[in-house]
Amino acid sequence: MTLFDDYLLLLLSVVTALGAVFVRDLLSGVLTLAAYSFFLALLWAGLGAVDVAFTEAVVGAGLSTLFFLVALFLTSHQEEVHKRLQVRMVTLGSLGVLGFLLLFGSVDLPVVGDPESLPSKHVSSHYLRKSLEETDTPNVVTAVLADYRGFDTLGETTVIFTAGIGCWMLLRRRDDSAT
Amino acid sequence: MADILLYRPHFVAFIILFLLGMYIMVVCLNLVKKLIGMYIMQTSIILFFITLAVKEEGTIPILMPSALALPPEAYANPLPHVLMLTAIVVGVSTLGVSLAMVIALYRKYNTLEEDQILEKMQ
Repeated sequence: MTLFDDYLLLLLSVVTALGAVFVRDLLSGVLTLAAYSFFLALLWAGLGAVDVAFTEAVVGAGLSTLFFLVALFLTSHQEEVHKRLQVRMVTLGSLGVLGFLLLFGSVDLPVVGDPESLPSKHVSSHYLRKSLEETDTPNVVTAVLADYRGFDTLGETTVIFTAGIGCWMLLRRRDDSAT
Repeated sequence: MADILLYRPHFVAFIILFLLGMYIMVVCLNLVKKLIGMYIMQTSIILFFITLAVKEEGTIPILMPSALALPPEAYANPLPHVLMLTAIVVGVSTLGVSLAMVIALYRKYNTLEEDQILEKMQ
């Protein structure tokens, strides 16, 4: 993965994100968002995060798009045009300040690909040294997900369960009320 | 400032996507459009974390057999990957629940525009 591929994929993802947002028809917007998701998955596969890329391609590009499409077919895909010039100006101004601060702060972030950067120093090198011995799993991401941080994954499962119940409660049709 | 664009293009893309998502969530009145903005914001944060995990000479974090053991510098940092796997799944859960809310609102008020829903509520 060269820096050029990174530039290309980053450019493509920013362009597709802009397209998804500024296209007028919501159906086209959602499909452009799926393309955005796939470009991000490709980018992450190139950056060495294969598990995240799989998950993004399956869950982000596949399942989220499916949810959006189901929601659009059950509702409408027309968007109305609003002027709201004042709100736009205030938002653009404050987000511009936030963007400048973020850009200013990113000068101090580690250079992309620096092996001595702080996030790569602490506990992750222990995982990389010992996980084969301690968990007998060659894929370190799996070992951390299901073993070292298994409690986190249990919490994640609880979140999915709660979300499933929430969707069911919201979408069931009640015969007794007049909704 | 110019080096950021040259050596850290991922952070610049992160900032653009994050601000774009936030702007859409504030300005648009269509509820599905707001959710598209939320999705872009979530994925931009995942992009930021994955960028922090990259190592120049690093390969994917799947270990070689112990006879060919490599030092930790030879693998990408696995911890942000794990955290972002969780973030993707939790993001889809929030997206699902909020789309279910949008469908329930549409059934009751027959519109996706926030101002019209507020009008009909009164």
